[in-house]
Amino acid sequence: MGMIHEIDFGTPASTSEAQVTLTVDGFTVTVPEGTSIMRASMEAGIQIPKLCATDMVDAFGSCRLCLVEIEGRNGTPSSCTTPVMPGMVVHTQTGRLKDIRKGVMELYISDHPLDCLTCAANGDCELQDMAGAVGLRDVRYGYEGENHVKAKTDVATANFNWMPKDESNPYFTYDPSKCIVCSRCVRACEEVQGTFALTIEGRGFGSRVSPGMHQVFIDSECVSCGACVQACPTATLTEKSVIQIGQPEHSVVTTCAYCGVGCSFKAEMRGDELVRMVPWKDGKANRGHSCVKGRFAYGYSTHKDRILNPMVREKITDPWREVSWDEAFKHVASEFRRIQYQYGKAAIGGITSSRCTNEETYLVQKLIRQGFGNNNVDTCARVCHSPTGYGLGQTFGTSAGTQDFDSVEHTDVVMIIGANPTDGHPVFASRLKKRLRAGAKLIVLDPRRTDIVRSAHIEAQHHLPLKPGTNVAVLTALAHVIVTEGIYNEKFIRERCDWSEFEDWAAFVAEPRNSPEEVEKVSGVPAAEIRGAARLYATGGNGAIYYGLGVTEHSQGSTTVMAIANLAMVTGNIGRKGVGVNPLRGQNNVQGACDMGSFPHELPGYRHISGDAVRDIYESLWGVKLDSEPGLRIPNMLDAAVEGSFKGIYIQGEDILQSDPDTHHVAAGLEAMECVVVHDLFLNETANYAHVFLPGSTFLEKDGTFTNAERRINRVRKVMAPKNGLADWEVTQQLAQAMGLKWTYTHPSEIMDEIAMTTPSFAGVSYPYLEKMGSVQWPCNEKAPLGTPIMHIDGFVRGKGKFIRTEYVATDERTGPRFPLLLTTGRVLSQYNVGAQTRRTDNVVWHGEDRLEIHPHDAENRGIRDEDWVKVQSRAGETTLRALITDRVATGVVYTTFHHPDTQANVITTDYSDWATNCPEYKVTAVQIGASNGPSEWQIEYDEQARRSRRIEGRLEAAE
Amino acid sequence: MTMQPASTEIAARTAAVIAGLRGLEGPLLPILHGIQDEFGFVPPEALPVIADALNISKAEVHGVVTFYHDYRNHPAGRHVLKLCQAEACQAMGSDAITAQIKQRLGIGFHETAKDGSVTLEPVYCLGLCACAPAAMLDGDVIGRLDADALDDIVQAVRA
Repeated sequence: MGMIHEIDFGTPASTSEAQVTLTVDGFTVTVPEGTSIMRASMEAGIQIPKLCATDMVDAFGSCRLCLVEIEGRNGTPSSCTTPVMPGMVVHTQTGRLKDIRKGVMELYISDHPLDCLTCAANGDCELQDMAGAVGLRDVRYGYEGENHVKAKTDVATANFNWMPKDESNPYFTYDPSKCIVCSRCVRACEEVQGTFALTIEGRGFGSRVSPGMHQVFIDSECVSCGACVQACPTATLTEKSVIQIGQPEHSVVTTCAYCGVGCSFKAEMRGDELVRMVPWKDGKANRGHSCVKGRFAYGYSTHKDRILNPMVREKITDPWREVSWDEAFKHVASEFRRIQYQYGKAAIGGITSSRCTNEETYLVQKLIRQGFGNNNVDTCARVCHSPTGYGLGQTFGTSAGTQDFDSVEHTDVVMIIGANPTDGHPVFASRLKKRLRAGAKLIVLDPRRTDIVRSAHIEAQHHLPLKPGTNVAVLTALAHVIVTEGIYNEKFIRERCDWSEFEDWAAFVAEPRNSPEEVEKVSGVPAAEIRGAARLYATGGNGAIYYGLGVTEHSQGSTTVMAIANLAMVTGNIGRKGVGVNPLRGQNNVQGACDMGSFPHELPGYRHISGDAVRDIYESLWGVKLDSEPGLRIPNMLDAAVEGSFKGIYIQGEDILQSDPDTHHVAAGLEAMECVVVHDLFLNETANYAHVFLPGSTFLEKDGTFTNAERRINRVRKVMAPKNGLADWEVTQQLAQAMGLKWTYTHPSEIMDEIAMTTPSFAGVSYPYLEKMGSVQWPCNEKAPLGTPIMHIDGFVRGKGKFIRTEYVATDERTGPRFPLLLTTGRVLSQYNVGAQTRRTDNVVWHGEDRLEIHPHDAENRGIRDEDWVKVQSRAGETTLRALITDRVATGVVYTTFHHPDTQANVITTDYSDWATNCPEYKVTAVQIGASNGPSEWQIEYDEQARRSRRIEGRLEAAE
Repeated sequence: MTMQPASTEIAARTAAVIAGLRGLEGPLLPILHGIQDEFGFVPPEALPVIADALNISKAEVHGVVTFYHDYRNHPAGRHVLKLCQAEACQAMGSDAITAQIKQRLGIGFHETAKDGSVTLEPVYCLGLCACAPAAMLDGDVIGRLDADALDDIVQAVRA
């Protein structure tokens, strides 16, 4: 181990095909046309001194340190802004250049504190490095003149140039006295993150970096992505963790465990202490960028609430009793066997986690199929992207997004449906915004005016603010326009799709009832907007669709996914760069959890359990007979529990009580079971109903792989020992062993070998191969040894693309006199999902509670003011939270997030679900809103129950 | 000194200025000039309104406003007198003229007279070097400053 030092080439790479050869200090170097002299020189191994240049942002030419001399040209041009020319002869070190550089450095240092030894950036400071590189030995100007360094000019007089340190952001500080005004932070915020929260205020000597309008960071538009901190060459912007701990001494590349973007990070360590997470430039999903969660919100891993010892109790009203791992495993094994003996083989089951690694997920489904002897395995993808699996499986033949994230750089028209990328998938959103600023067009289908609809320098050409629940109607209307106006891609359809199915579908969508004018009546979207959007998507060049849970979490979720697939096929937007259908996956490994056979009807690789050939593979390897009938889905398990036929469950890393719909029903199901085993980092809400608690390990504490939304298999690497003693895969293995299974894995790589051996789409994957490639996108096998960045290039996986009629059926959940408003749910940037992790970090600074967004008109009708407590009632239940009055939502629609357990947003969501996959209809609930004095009865009762159920024997206070 | 208008009023008047100018290519500087003409200065409350209208960030507007010394963030006196301090005017005796004016008005550079009558500012070249020393009173340039011209200026601002 050691520190991973990425080379900074100074300016971004050129994508030109043409090559140019030049000479730098006598060495010949060949680079793509458009490359800067600075970068070409670095390619040749010669580093030109620089301060304002870094390869994450475009050249700026302000520091005047990178000057060079070019034979045949006058003067000393800056190497960062001067492109290479054929035959150019460059000198990077001459007497003249040395004098200039020394002079420039002398001026910089004359307005910079000389506190290197006690500075947080000591050892990681480019200003220090450059002072060394140019051989600065003396500063002739002294430090007595005008400066930004000292708070007082003499003992008495204040120095008005000096600004105090801004510590308002919880994760980094801004110390203007150390700033050299190189603008790297400003440009990173603009070019990389796309937020434009920073500027240089004033001019000349008075120039300073200003967040917002001379505000502190926390009050500005800053989203705390960390790009500015990463870009800063000095200690001006520094992570508080570095200030507190010191410089790291080694680093390990790993994968973020938050969302489905799957960013690669360097975990920079001092011993087994994590100093900071820095995005890795070679990470193919994030390309060196990050968001506030992955970059900073890892403090939960050492939070005091983390449970480190296994615990057992007889009844859920008892306090917890800490036990040894051995005792816990024996207890679970004997209870599960007892239940199976007493109630039948199918009386137990398990839930795999989209938060855990592929290897861990594979083991849990293996434990259930091999050890429990049934197929009662499901995963949290049930409540998010199960319709994606079904819908894309039916139309294209594979259950995954078709592109890599790089593809967005080639897109001309982006259509975003039911996704809020700036909050849910921020790093992808930054890449998307960059493309939009470069001229790509944007269509957004969302009931809310999300930030991607309009924010600095980006604006959607068409925002279709449809009424929740009318996705299918609107998408079919888009198809109607494309078909009836004849702007479909006939050549593509004839070559790639089934023509007679197309004709049938085209006749269906062309029916007048699917016209934008008719659909306007149900969706509330003006017909002209629908027509404009359809024309733009069909004729605007490369069209790519990105969608999220606003598509899937509906009673017609699967139909909507099919409607999306239809749109892509009818316009020929499949099978090349810049196009495609891309589900934005919620969790870090939801793709992987689905791939690994987490569903009750599928073995790894989406192969149906009823297939004899597939079962044969596993039966011969595992030495057991597998049940050929699909097992129970999560809602079925809970129903069966309430009925009394399902008694035990092993839940790894999912908080179903908080994340699944109709909380009362989930609670009733869990309460009816005799052995609920929760395997998690914290005593989550589900654990209130558990009999056994197995402490989990964080992504920092184990080896494995995550598969992100672009099917990319990324390595997760252990950077510290599990604080609870065992990695999650070891826990599952020892549980399996306690149940009598002969498992002998010594490292997750062996589990991956088993996956590769049994699953065709993973055949080429192994840890040594991932080590060599960095990451790989499945399918990866003999047909695609390098993996598959883009799918369906020469034809669909299923053969011919299948057009499926998408009849709009209004959800049974509809508004009426008692429940006149539609509630839809979503999330915010700073919090993640049910918040178990982010609530245990300083991210609560940005979002400390869930709020109900309501349109001013609806609020006024009900006499509700901003910040008032309001009661939200649905047919299923009621809860209270505070109102946020905003015109982001249309009249008739209210919106909230579900990050905080005390809000219990899912108490009000109903048990309606997708017709094909049971994915719950989170996005549409008819509600009434009224004034309230505070928490509802259920909230108070629940709070009390949660507090009681978290007691641990021998401890004074319960966790959380 | 004039009372600062309420922020809702600033927003409305700012929006009106923007409406007339947003169609221009590169509309930010003309809008800022328009705002300064409207209010006599650029009220900080106007900046978010401009940012929203042009779909740029508040930071960007702030960066531009603070870059140009000509934009004021607080009201000036009823008259604004700018005295050129650049090389040509210095060569023609602007230093002495400046000292006289400061003394007669009783204020220094960047200051406004107590009665709110005039604000005095330095300027670095009005492009009027052939007629140095030069000044600008409420947007009108005055060349060949001498004692008579000074009297006229003082009389004008005191009127």
